[in-house]
Amino acid sequence: MNEILQILSENSKATPAEIAALLGQREEVVAREIKELEDSGVIRKYMTLIDWEKAGEGYVYAVIELKVALQRNTGYDAVAERIARFSEVQSVRLISGDHDLSVTVRGKSMREVAFFVAERIAILEGVQSTCTHFILKSYKEHGVNLTDRPKPKRLVITA
Amino acid sequence: MSQRMKEVPAWNATAHVSSQVNEMPPSGIRKFFDLVSEMEGAISLGVGEPDFVTPWHIREACIYSLESGFTSYTSNKGMPELREMICQSMRSKTGLEYDPDEQALVTTGVSEAVDLAFRATLNQGDEVIVPEPCYVAYVPDVMLAGGRAVVVQTRPEDRFKLRPESVQKALTAKTRALLLSYPNNPTGAIMNREDLEELADLVVEHDLLVVSDEVYGDLTYSGCHCSFAQLEGMAERTLILGGFSKSHAMTGWRIGYALGDPQVVGAMTKVHQYTMLCAPIMAQVAAVEALQRGEEEMLKMKHEYNLRRRLFVAGLNRIGLNCFEPEGAFYAFPSIQATGLTSEEFAEALLKDQKVAAVPGSVFGSSGEGFLRCSYATSREELIEALDRIEIFLDGLSLP
Ligand SMILES: Cc1ncc(COP(=O)(O)O)c(C=O)c1O
Repeated sequence: MNEILQILSENSKATPAEIAALLGQREEVVAREIKELEDSGVIRKYMTLIDWEKAGEGYVYAVIELKVALQRNTGYDAVAERIARFSEVQSVRLISGDHDLSVTVRGKSMREVAFFVAERIAILEGVQSTCTHFILKSYKEHGVNLTDRPKPKRLVITA
Repeated sequence: MSQRMKEVPAWNATAHVSSQVNEMPPSGIRKFFDLVSEMEGAISLGVGEPDFVTPWHIREACIYSLESGFTSYTSNKGMPELREMICQSMRSKTGLEYDPDEQALVTTGVSEAVDLAFRATLNQGDEVIVPEPCYVAYVPDVMLAGGRAVVVQTRPEDRFKLRPESVQKALTAKTRALLLSYPNNPTGAIMNREDLEELADLVVEHDLLVVSDEVYGDLTYSGCHCSFAQLEGMAERTLILGGFSKSHAMTGWRIGYALGDPQVVGAMTKVHQYTMLCAPIMAQVAAVEALQRGEEEMLKMKHEYNLRRRLFVAGLNRIGLNCFEPEGAFYAFPSIQATGLTSEEFAEALLKDQKVAAVPGSVFGSSGEGFLRCSYATSREELIEALDRIEIFLDGLSLP
């Protein structure tokens, strides 16, 4: 695996100098490679994982599972790309199983999310049915545990 | 109420501690431990264990076994599944074949295995060659077994590898065993196949048992770890002591093993059955899980140590502490000779001045004098902060 990507995927703030020190490479070389990864779109965006709950900003999230009726000439992509345009929509994924698409929506209130689904998603051509699951609590996001637990301590000096 | 009539002589505890134990020097680490423990905001580079907790799947397997009631003794030698897994894993890593019934013993950590190795093989006055600097337990363990530890020095100009000339000089008619401990604590040195091969003739000529502590074997960053047992004809002369503490972040479980000649392992098993009975079953269950499914997590931790190793060793050299490249374990061993301080003076001043704790090299034998053991089994942030503080400390010394 690309080691630069691995480091950045865990800490988007890592600078080329810091990454170079970890890999035993020169800073310019790392900086150039990062630039290439950005330009080619491998690196899409640098983000921060925020515990909004803790920040006191009550966002409401829901996962909406959709059944899609496939039309001649238009596959899933057409419907999925339409849905992806809404700024309320956080993610759109094609899934296997009972449903076809899984969509994550973020809003300020349950009401707002519910209306968004009813008025914007459910009515789209090709969307056969929707099933909305509101997220009640998040325990882990992007590989990070959100439940605070005391960190076990080691002895300060051992042989 | 009855009255005691006779005067009771005072209890004399000193008379009840064996003179051998009395003569054993206390561990040089104790003093630093007390100093650091009282200090707020200290960064410790003095910890000889992983900063990771045991991977969850291993803890989970143990919890499940407890729920199912696995709380009994096991066979003295250890659970058959575990011995089989240990032999299988050794085979796939090295091609070496060991019989799980005759040649494998599960111990409570490599610590117990070291103790057993000497007690089971030494007679009064037998000598064991111990290369220094090294882990603190070998010399006392040899002593307790009635043997004599003959210390030989390894040197920075040899990248702290053991040279045959040094072994040659230490050999006497009483030499029975040679201890090898690579990757090494405290230096981070490794011995690759060519380095080990230079010792093989001496081992055969003087009919030595090689006691090889390979607890850091999986943490080798350049190439693959090579055991002395992998050399042509050396398997039967080598006792491999291996474990889980460092590679799988399992220090608190107290689990390890010995692999070797059936008679030697049998002799160790005899002592083990009377002194330990068996290793805890919980730890044995966890070790099976570690060997069956723990490789990926182990490699992840190793990868992280390797990143830190590059960062930290380059950092030490940059701020003026000359450090040879450690190729295994998770220690850097920079020289502090240029400061003119002893390693103990340096460590104490660094701690008081900048609140960075590291272990003086002298703790690991006289050839460790002039060096500092810094463990990089701590977070990247702490390593970077420690480097900054050490740099300030060095500036304050205003060297010539
Ligand atoms: C070289 C060496 N051997 C053995 C041990 C002890 O290992 P275990 O936890 O398996 O008893 C240590 C621990 O620091 C060590 O550094």
